[in-house]
Amino acid sequence: MSTNIRKVSRFGSFHIAEARIRNMAKWSGIILFAAVVNPALYLVSIGIGVGSLVDANNGVNGVSYLTFLAPALLASAAIQGSSDEVIFPVMDGFKWNRTFFGMRSTPITARQISLGVFLAAMFRTVVSVVIYWIVLYFFGALESGTAWLAMPAALLAGAAMGAVMLALAAKIENENFFFTLVGRFVMIPMFLFSGTFYPLTQMPIFLQFFGWISPLWHATELGRYLTYDYPLSGLQLSIHICVLASMIVIGLFLSARIFHKRLEK
Amino acid sequence: MTSNAVALSERRLGKFGDKYFAGRPQQVLLRNWLSFKSSAWIAVVSGFLEPVLYLLSFGYGIGELVGNISTPGGDISYAAYIAPGLLATSAMNGAMLDSTWNVFFKLNESRLYKAMLATSLGPLDVALGEIAWALMRGGLYATAFTIIIAGLGLVTSWWAILAIPAAIIVAFGFASFGMAITSFMKSHHQMNFFEIFLLPMFLFSGAFYPLTVFPGWAQAIIKALPLRQAIELVTRAMNGEFGINILVNFTYFLVMICVGLFFTTKRLNALFMK
Amino acid sequence: MTEMLIQARGLTKTYGDFVAVDGIDFDVAKGESFGFLGPNGAGKSTTMRIIGATSVRTSGTLTILGKDPEVNGPQIRAHLGVVPQQDNLDNELTVSENIFIYGRYFGLSSSFINKKIPELLEFAQLEEKKDTKVEALSGGMKRRLTIARSLVSEPDILMLDEPTTGLDPQARHILWDRLFRLKEQGVTLLITTHYMDEAEQLCDRLIVMDRGKIMAEDSPAQLIKTYSTKEVLEVRFGSDRNQEMVEVLRPLADRIEVLPDRILLYATDGEQLLEQITAKGIHPNTSLVRRSSLEDVFLRLTGRSLVE
Repeated sequence: MSTNIRKVSRFGSFHIAEARIRNMAKWSGIILFAAVVNPALYLVSIGIGVGSLVDANNGVNGVSYLTFLAPALLASAAIQGSSDEVIFPVMDGFKWNRTFFGMRSTPITARQISLGVFLAAMFRTVVSVVIYWIVLYFFGALESGTAWLAMPAALLAGAAMGAVMLALAAKIENENFFFTLVGRFVMIPMFLFSGTFYPLTQMPIFLQFFGWISPLWHATELGRYLTYDYPLSGLQLSIHICVLASMIVIGLFLSARIFHKRLEK
Repeated sequence: MTSNAVALSERRLGKFGDKYFAGRPQQVLLRNWLSFKSSAWIAVVSGFLEPVLYLLSFGYGIGELVGNISTPGGDISYAAYIAPGLLATSAMNGAMLDSTWNVFFKLNESRLYKAMLATSLGPLDVALGEIAWALMRGGLYATAFTIIIAGLGLVTSWWAILAIPAAIIVAFGFASFGMAITSFMKSHHQMNFFEIFLLPMFLFSGAFYPLTVFPGWAQAIIKALPLRQAIELVTRAMNGEFGINILVNFTYFLVMICVGLFFTTKRLNALFMK
Repeated sequence: MTEMLIQARGLTKTYGDFVAVDGIDFDVAKGESFGFLGPNGAGKSTTMRIIGATSVRTSGTLTILGKDPEVNGPQIRAHLGVVPQQDNLDNELTVSENIFIYGRYFGLSSSFINKKIPELLEFAQLEEKKDTKVEALSGGMKRRLTIARSLVSEPDILMLDEPTTGLDPQARHILWDRLFRLKEQGVTLLITTHYMDEAEQLCDRLIVMDRGKIMAEDSPAQLIKTYSTKEVLEVRFGSDRNQEMVEVLRPLADRIEVLPDRILLYATDGEQLLEQITAKGIHPNTSLVRRSSLEDVFLRLTGRSLVE
């Protein structure tokens, strides 16, 4: 009977992730549908609709507006997907159905639960990002040969946001209005003020600060560098990557601590 | 021990809809006010932020890329161009949030309506009270937004004040319609229907660009959608364009309001008189 | 003759093919405490909803204070205080706000309600919690608040659907005490329950329901007298041997019921019966003599126990 304990203690997170992914599979139809339709809608509406106005004027960065927008929308989809897939299971696990407390009564540790939820969210994010990228490709929004690297760049943003959200969602004990407030004070401002729709430098300097702390901006800069002829120095490149990577590390570290505190007290 | 409550309820006997309506929707409003005062205010107050953020980001950021937009009334800035559409969209979003998710919750999770209808209130009191609350909220948002765009110098005439009643009519239409559809919903998953419908409508109703970028057949479909009607109603009201066109927009919402209210009352009655 | 507040004749409610309430007749007199006893799904709650004018009957007649709930729903609801099976308090509001707004739903004036609130808080023993959000209350407190809230309109009839289900024993006794006080004040109580002790404690008269039908109607004491013996001897032989002992024991008792874990022997004198059994060299693992209860009445009437 005791043979499996060692196995569990090493792979606990994967068991949790597996359970989450099996749960997602029930909604795979809707998830895949949204993954295809969502980007297509944004590309037609903003890319072509607003793009027609921008391109008729002076354009931006010397490329079509669609090309300019594509890496930002890709990273934004990764962020949205990973946040959703982190927040709901955490609320469910700690409060609605208290499933985490059930998991905790097995040999799986609190840390493994937090990492497992994160891994499952990343799985969903990979799927969304790949599909989004394919849609972008067919819209002709990707110009350079390194454009496929925009996928890992977007994933990095998704992972950074997912890790931070995991810690935040776990920290919240009273979820009244949490979703509304996260949407209004985090997701929408980030979407709108991260250089998504126009270069960050176009904003007054005090607003550019939002970009600097936003995973979306860092990933968008990387994505633009990778999908078209957008210049970034080696230093800029490494700063963007370092910021995103440190968000992942700090987010996961804090999540593990908070999960531990809430589940093992 | 004939109580006060009995005398009060008997006063309405023989009057309009005495089986469904106690003439007290204001008590439902009062309940929402009490809840707002203690906790819900942050969610309500922050709701007005969204269109303002869009206005600042799109209006000024994309505006710089786009330049001025030529309209029948002359060239205007991009921010001024999108302001009415954002107002109409936020009126829609606010009303939909109040009348769909919130109503779904009170109907199925907290059983609040069940408690209300165990008293001498009727379903029409509940429906009217909830919709009135959504409208007050919508009216507040519209007023704040109008003041902000006026402060930013984006309005050209006093007609802009009409944006407020126009936004309230829009909110009324969406609230009563949304509530009617919600009363048919059985699970959370079905509630996602609203998002599947609202997002494309938001993206394609031409809040951010002229509809002429689309082929004729697509324009015709979009023009039939409620959000496009809402944007036209608000834009025309703010520009003081009073003709047959605005009358069509207005009638569209009048129909939405009446059909929505009719089905909401009917359904609430059926739900609670099982 | 006493005044009848509620009169039902042939009351029937069907949902599609399912008959929830099957042509029942009953009368409830003013000031009476009237119970519906039966297992889950017997049709008690449906009957309550029809009386509460929040469900429309399929057929039969029903008169409440001389009015028909189908015609005068709001007017009838103005006479009633409703305590549903699941509390539906307003979680976003405080204890006293809950009472206040509920009174406003009836159209009562603020000054009238504000005078009632201290009195109702005292009744519910919630004075110290008056400014607490409902969310933070215990199950028993919520239940008492739901009852206090339903009293704000000074109802003629108080309807309680499973009032103590889910409460711990102490909370139940507090609640019973509160309901007794209401009874003393002359409020007509309508109670559904599947707890026989609750029915015995609270009801002057009750109907035993099963599968939508009335099986019996009387006072608790009279029901026991009619449908059971004075005492019951419960014996256990271990799950394997219970069956084989039945035939041996059957001739000794007035009546015998076999439950999965024990055998019930009905007799006027339980101790004497036990002596008879042991004299025959039969030694149960455990034995217990007790007075007959409504549980036994239900078992007799339906062949099933109340809580399954």
